[in-house]
Amino acid sequence: MKKLKLRGQVLPAIVTVSPVTIWMVLLIGLPLLYVLFISFMTTDGYSVVYRFNFQNYVKLLDPTYLKIYLNSFIVAFFTTLICVGLGYPLAYKMARMKGPKKVLMMIFLMIPFWTNSLIRLYGWRTLLGKTGYLNTLMQAIGLTNGPVEMLYTRGAVLLGMVYVLFPFMVLPLYAAIEKLDWSLLEASSDLGAKRLTTFRKITLPLTSSGIFAGAIMVFIPSLGYFFVSDIMGGGNQQLIGNLIKTQFNAGNNWPLGSALSIGLIILTLVLVGIYKAGGGKMEDLV
Amino acid sequence: MYNLFLPFGGLLMSENKAIVAIKNVNKIFGATPVVTDMNMTVYEGEFLTLLGPSGCGKTTTLRMIGGFESPSNGSILIEGVPVEEKEPFDRDVNTVFQSYALFPHMTIFDNIAYGLKVKKVKKADIRQRVTEMLALVQLTGYESRYPSQLSGGQKQRVAIARALINNPKVLLLDEPLGALDLKLRKQMQIELKRLQKKLGITFIYVTHDQEEALTMSDRIAVMYQGRIEQLDTPSAIYERPATKFVADFIGESNVFEATVASKEGALVSLYTETGLALGLSETAVPDEHVYLSIRPEKVLLHEVPAEGFTVSGIVKEQIYIGSMVKCIVTLPNGFELKASKIAGTPLPAAGSLVYIGWEPQDAVVIESRDQMIFETIDAIRLG
Repeated sequence: MKKLKLRGQVLPAIVTVSPVTIWMVLLIGLPLLYVLFISFMTTDGYSVVYRFNFQNYVKLLDPTYLKIYLNSFIVAFFTTLICVGLGYPLAYKMARMKGPKKVLMMIFLMIPFWTNSLIRLYGWRTLLGKTGYLNTLMQAIGLTNGPVEMLYTRGAVLLGMVYVLFPFMVLPLYAAIEKLDWSLLEASSDLGAKRLTTFRKITLPLTSSGIFAGAIMVFIPSLGYFFVSDIMGGGNQQLIGNLIKTQFNAGNNWPLGSALSIGLIILTLVLVGIYKAGGGKMEDLV
Repeated sequence: MYNLFLPFGGLLMSENKAIVAIKNVNKIFGATPVVTDMNMTVYEGEFLTLLGPSGCGKTTTLRMIGGFESPSNGSILIEGVPVEEKEPFDRDVNTVFQSYALFPHMTIFDNIAYGLKVKKVKKADIRQRVTEMLALVQLTGYESRYPSQLSGGQKQRVAIARALINNPKVLLLDEPLGALDLKLRKQMQIELKRLQKKLGITFIYVTHDQEEALTMSDRIAVMYQGRIEQLDTPSAIYERPATKFVADFIGESNVFEATVASKEGALVSLYTETGLALGLSETAVPDEHVYLSIRPEKVLLHEVPAEGFTVSGIVKEQIYIGSMVKCIVTLPNGFELKASKIAGTPLPAAGSLVYIGWEPQDAVVIESRDQMIFETIDAIRLG
């Protein structure tokens, strides 16, 4: 009798949940497990050799790689910083707008978002290249004598990262600022606080969730977006993403690439963990 | 103008110091005038209420005094100093917001201390003042709670304490009791009034609740469509409404269209659609078109014709409303006259014929701003 009743509850639950579960297991769970598995294998220079060892993880600490991590972190850090600096005022302005103006701003922000980012990045190359529009213009008006190298620098990679990831910062910021009750700012001003004090004591603390959510959504991808440094940095600017890509392609070293991927995933989880511990909500990260 | 500056109740006569003065202020949002040609003086220590239906401009007026809106033209003076250009943080007034606007990320202590903290008052002094304020609003022991942990009435008290701790010259209150239930609202009305008397701070209070305004105020400014219709003591507003709107809006009233027939001293006889009526007015002149307003409780009902009782009607229904009994009398022209008596007073039964009348001093003659055309009365009178 009891068994029957249990079946009556469990069966419908399995039926309704299973499509999602199957999808998650097949498309995310199994590949991840495979990556984890490979990361403990080794290579003969051509293909994977199935011999369990930790040598890939030891290799992660190689000084050459550490330099790439550092470069990656610098790019990710400044990308995040610039995105907050530019995104906060924009999101604030948008949140205070009303009606059609607001919709228009949102569309302006989203249109590039809907266009393939590779194409948009190549757009930058035609602007910044040695024979690009900007160099041609600068020489024409006599600002410079010869072409200036603007592409293939850390600055160019940074520009590309900011450009591609900017909406990911603005949207959570906008969501947080829009929820802010403006009468709180009036109350603060009424109680004698000047604009900067109001911003520091009221606006910033009450919208910090948006800043954290935006920072996570910009920082983590900017560690992995290898195509940005490929296009904007050429081969000069190696990021963690490029390193992983190289191991899978040219380097033919899947096990090391897998170990690097696992490392990046663990780092991501740690950052999200910090975000959650700081009171952040997971739904703001979607 | 209808801002009759009668001395108000003698209450503040000894210290008639103007603290807020609004001079020829207009406020236009886009193309919509919200406040029109406003002139008003608020005196030190008084409890002044801006009363009116929603959209009458009362909140906008308050926000202009607080510094959250600036007048399109005209001048606002606080203690004689023009403040239209000053930011809210530069004005010696504080506001209690309709939604309380407590800072959700701060404790009650930090909320109340906010004004002193931004003014860099010494920590020990802040602690002492906050403690005093908490005692004043009976919230001692709540310092470390957060606003979300308080009830509506408690949040209200915190909002008041947070404003009062700055020792404002004027406290502005924007429908502060609007979100509370009836019983708590009544209790808070009395508490607020007591607090105001105790501290002697000028209160400018915005509400759409006429009963609240009558209960709490020293003076009331009744506003309608961006204008002050009447600015006077509660009793004067109730007993001698200056405009038809005030007569209709404050309490219940029977308002007749009338034309002045003759005048002897202050006693005026008037033509109405249903016959001759009497009222008192110093200023009305013969042939002037006016409104005649009689409160339901001032209407006299007689079963037999008596002297001066010329108008008759049929009792339509009786309504029992607790302390009072209301009686609706249909007049020959279809006008439904409201009369009320204290419950227990015998009243004529429904369907019976009654003669109605009133003491001349109970009928208020309202002279209109605009030239009114009362076609029916003129037709009866002339034809």
